[in-house]
Amino acid sequence: MALDSKTPEGPLAEKWTNHKNKIDLVNPANKRHIDVIVVGTGLAGGSAAATLAELGYNVKAFCFQDSPRRAHSIAAQGGINAAKNYQGDGDSTYRLFYDTVKGGDYRSREENVYRLAEVSANIIDQCVAQGVPFARDYGGLLDNRSFGGVLVSRTFYAKGQTGQQLLLGAYSAMNRQIGRGKIKMYNRHEMLDVVIVNGKARGIITRNLVNGKIERHSAHAVVLGTGGYGNVFFLSTNAMGSNVTAAWKAHKRGAFFANPCYTQIHPTCIPVSGDHQSKLTLMSESLRNDGRIWVPKKKEDVMAIREGKLKPTDLAEEDRDYYLERRYPAFGNLVPRDVASRAAKERCDAGFGVNATGEAVYLDFAAAIERYGKEQAHIKGLDEDDADLVKKLGKDVVKAKYGNLFQMYEKIVDQNPYETPMMIYPAVHYTMGGIWVDYNLMTTVPGLYCIGEANFSDHGANRLGASALMQGLADGYFVLPYTIGDYLSDDIRTGPISTDSPEFEAAEKNVTEIINKLVNNKGSHTVDYFHKKLGKIMWNKCGMSRNETDLKSAISEIAELRKAFWEDVKVPGTADEFNEELAKAMRVADFLELGELFAKDALHREESAGGHFREEHQTEEGEAKRRKEFQFVSAWEYKGEPKDAELHKEDLVYENIKVKERSYK
Amino acid sequence: MGGFFKSSIGRKFAMALSAFFLMFFLLQHFAINFTSVFSGETFNEVSHFMGTNPLIQFVLQPILIFGVIYHFVMGIILELQNRNARQISYAKNNGGANSTWMSRNMIWTGLAILAFMGLHFYDFWFPEINTKFIEGDWSGLHDGEFRYYHELQEKFLSPVRVGLYVLAFVFLALHLLHGFNSAFQSVGANNKYTRGLKLFGKLYAILIPLGFVVIALYHHFNHNH
Amino acid sequence: MNLTLKIWRQKNASDKGKLVDYLINDVSPDMSFLEMLDVLNDKLITDGDEPVAFDHDCREGICGMCSLYINGEAHGPDRGVTTCQLHMRKFTDGDTIYIEPFRAKAFPVIKDLVVDRSAFDRIQHAGGFISVNTSGNTQDANSIPISKHAADEAMDAATCIGCGACVASCKNSSAMLFVGAKVSQYALLPQGQVEAADRVLNMVKQMDEEGFGNCTNTGACEIECPKGISLENIARMNTEYLKASLKG
Repeated sequence: MALDSKTPEGPLAEKWTNHKNKIDLVNPANKRHIDVIVVGTGLAGGSAAATLAELGYNVKAFCFQDSPRRAHSIAAQGGINAAKNYQGDGDSTYRLFYDTVKGGDYRSREENVYRLAEVSANIIDQCVAQGVPFARDYGGLLDNRSFGGVLVSRTFYAKGQTGQQLLLGAYSAMNRQIGRGKIKMYNRHEMLDVVIVNGKARGIITRNLVNGKIERHSAHAVVLGTGGYGNVFFLSTNAMGSNVTAAWKAHKRGAFFANPCYTQIHPTCIPVSGDHQSKLTLMSESLRNDGRIWVPKKKEDVMAIREGKLKPTDLAEEDRDYYLERRYPAFGNLVPRDVASRAAKERCDAGFGVNATGEAVYLDFAAAIERYGKEQAHIKGLDEDDADLVKKLGKDVVKAKYGNLFQMYEKIVDQNPYETPMMIYPAVHYTMGGIWVDYNLMTTVPGLYCIGEANFSDHGANRLGASALMQGLADGYFVLPYTIGDYLSDDIRTGPISTDSPEFEAAEKNVTEIINKLVNNKGSHTVDYFHKKLGKIMWNKCGMSRNETDLKSAISEIAELRKAFWEDVKVPGTADEFNEELAKAMRVADFLELGELFAKDALHREESAGGHFREEHQTEEGEAKRRKEFQFVSAWEYKGEPKDAELHKEDLVYENIKVKERSYK
Repeated sequence: MGGFFKSSIGRKFAMALSAFFLMFFLLQHFAINFTSVFSGETFNEVSHFMGTNPLIQFVLQPILIFGVIYHFVMGIILELQNRNARQISYAKNNGGANSTWMSRNMIWTGLAILAFMGLHFYDFWFPEINTKFIEGDWSGLHDGEFRYYHELQEKFLSPVRVGLYVLAFVFLALHLLHGFNSAFQSVGANNKYTRGLKLFGKLYAILIPLGFVVIALYHHFNHNH
Repeated sequence: MNLTLKIWRQKNASDKGKLVDYLINDVSPDMSFLEMLDVLNDKLITDGDEPVAFDHDCREGICGMCSLYINGEAHGPDRGVTTCQLHMRKFTDGDTIYIEPFRAKAFPVIKDLVVDRSAFDRIQHAGGFISVNTSGNTQDANSIPISKHAADEAMDAATCIGCGACVASCKNSSAMLFVGAKVSQYALLPQGQVEAADRVLNMVKQMDEEGFGNCTNTGACEIECPKGISLENIARMNTEYLKASLKG
């Protein structure tokens, strides 16, 4: 099957407008007769559900949480990018487009990214109209902050809770439609299969997580906004419930899975403290504006610190290795996420990690506190040589900027980051890969759409900070509601879709069989036991740096682990009750398949690009080496076993941007 | 406006409004009583005015009675509703960690004050009503002199009664310590401009009942026939 | 450290439920409270028992899903945190810890420590929004300046995570802090003015219908709120409600 991205003709800047002008629409009277299922209620799913309902479609929305407001978009901290150019610093649609393609290491589709940049400004207008309380300056206008990897200030924010505020905005738009009866909301429901009738996606099978009831839901189109699959690593910054199940089931029903190996590993997370760890906590990228990252130069100092005999603050300047500043003098501590993460791993692998597990580096604010303190002392006309005073003034400035993050750190680690450097380590954060979609956000299954982090489209091999929120809302508010009309215009005479068809029957039977198998298995190990093992394989062999030998062994190890899981997993309780272990088991079963495809994709991609680093493909200085031959999207078609997946390539053509080397030296 | 007083917030308002009225009444009651410490004559004159002025007797007094009844009846209704809103209680509840004892026990301090009012009515109000409305004596005189100051002193002879009064005022203080600021919060007065109000509320809640205690004790220990 | 846990076990909504004692050993002070429960559950499953059901998701204090009443307080003894951010170092060896679900008639128990908080959603359906359709033509975001003070105050109200700790902590099971926060957020912004009266009337009506208790201003909600939502929001809702009632 040839991949057709269906990108419109014409000059880049006019494609989206032309496309909107030409595609078919459904008239308002007919929309009343068309049902759309939206799975997931994060920024993408929530905004899509609300907008589709506003247009007049009958929407059924599903989430596994107890309320749509709890989707994991809520945890995004930093902000949302938009090419508003409110700061007058030369920002433009083209510049946002350019930064995003370059930041993604030239592995994303030009047309999609340009459209994303184009609608970004509308998102801010829409959210403000909804009552999202973005930060403002004293003149009452919207404030911006800057984020990594760009030269302008285009990030809108609401304290350190931008994702929360945007999600609550989308949730409020949903609430309005739920109140009007245009959205029927199904909380605590997990989608377990897509139903394909005559080659078109016509419904889903769900499990009611409260009573275990298996339900059939039909619609004229199905939209997946089900997020990323970072939890395949067990430990990640994702929520506990974040999963790949919906996307994976879609993949098994014919949707191609694109670039699964593109994973963003965020450099500033709180390190693992022990085997009990269930999740990792992110510390905002903004901390790298003022924090300096270092490890000791000498091994004996490392040992002394680990044994608690030496305090990091006692180490002399000349005994510290500020390795980012040493390796990347131009960008220093502000190199992009992928580069910073790999550099931390390199130091820790060399034995310089500063905590008991050897997997942590310091993020030190002492210099910033002193710098700000002196500045304040000067402004206030106080004694700049009074060390205590300077420290106090400096702490106040740092507190105003990062107070909530410092407090969060102290709660978790029980150390005061104003007095001793923070310990940080990279952690899995976001997955750029996902279900392949065309320009209309439709997957390779007609009538099945995929939006937000769940699709592969806009971030290439690496995502820039504050762009995930932008993409989720762009897809849900401004892209999908238009493009889906083109498809649904053929369905105005279809009438309601029956759930009594053999296809629904078969899909339900398939789900029931899996569930029965799991609850009747009565093995000897818990679900988490297998999930943790999978996480270890993924982290060690498909993590921040990858090589052929490891990836090959990962593929076979995951296959073995999957076999062991089905033979030996123990799921307590029954199928017809609230049973979190069963829900978890279903998710882990899918991770165990996805992991294998992930490794296969990483093995196949013989280059280093963005979040994907192959040790065989690096420069002499250890930097990532991209290869022209791999300037394509790998879209995998399911063929039975994950490792048997068939590759389809979508070549990436750059007509409006020059493909260049990324250097941060 | 129809559903206002049926809504939770409307009732909260009504509780607050009746509370304001009662607190104002308390203040004037205190002011009049306090004159008795300095001058029996003034006390007598003011008491006679209050007891015989038609505006006070036939307009304000019924409002006051309505306010008192509304406040305690609604207080009890709300308390029952609130209890119903949590049908299984916590095995362990650490209320002291997040709220004052006063705020959690308004119903008990309130009921204690209600009980005291029974005594107080028995002592003063019923005899007054009896004298004026049953016997028809509006002169306020007893043996040719105003009777009010004398009656007041008679009542505070008994140490048991004085003890009960003092105890009741402790309950009143506890009730007011939460109630004063709670009433302002209920009508929406809680923002950066109302910080001073909170201190004033505390002072009111302590000083007014304390003043009543002083009056009671004063008359108990300074009894002159 | 070694602990005794007294955990509320209830098979389903119609079961009566009871507190059950569990002993748990070798708890690390670095564990979060929920990780301690993970360890307990792992042991329970391995021993052939039913694991304890509890709600949780983001485990970083923002989704509002976790909901335990620990030793008599919503989200436990620490301030400004959700249960998932509570760490075991707040307890000492040999402690007995009571773990109960958030209790309110409007929050029926689903299983063990899991409760149904959809009443909160229904209150929002009644008016927790500004009626603006999605379009590429909404007016420019900077066309109405909003004072920084108002924007910041609206933001403070908007940080509510909808966990229900306010209801659980309130001796009356009142939801006024939750509703007050949402009403305040919109009341403070010019965008929210058009529908202000309908919003507060409808949301309060729904709140009352859900069976929450009345507010008696104890302030417990404000203290236990993991996001520090202020009582001022309830005061603001009260005046908004009065204004709306007078208009209507």
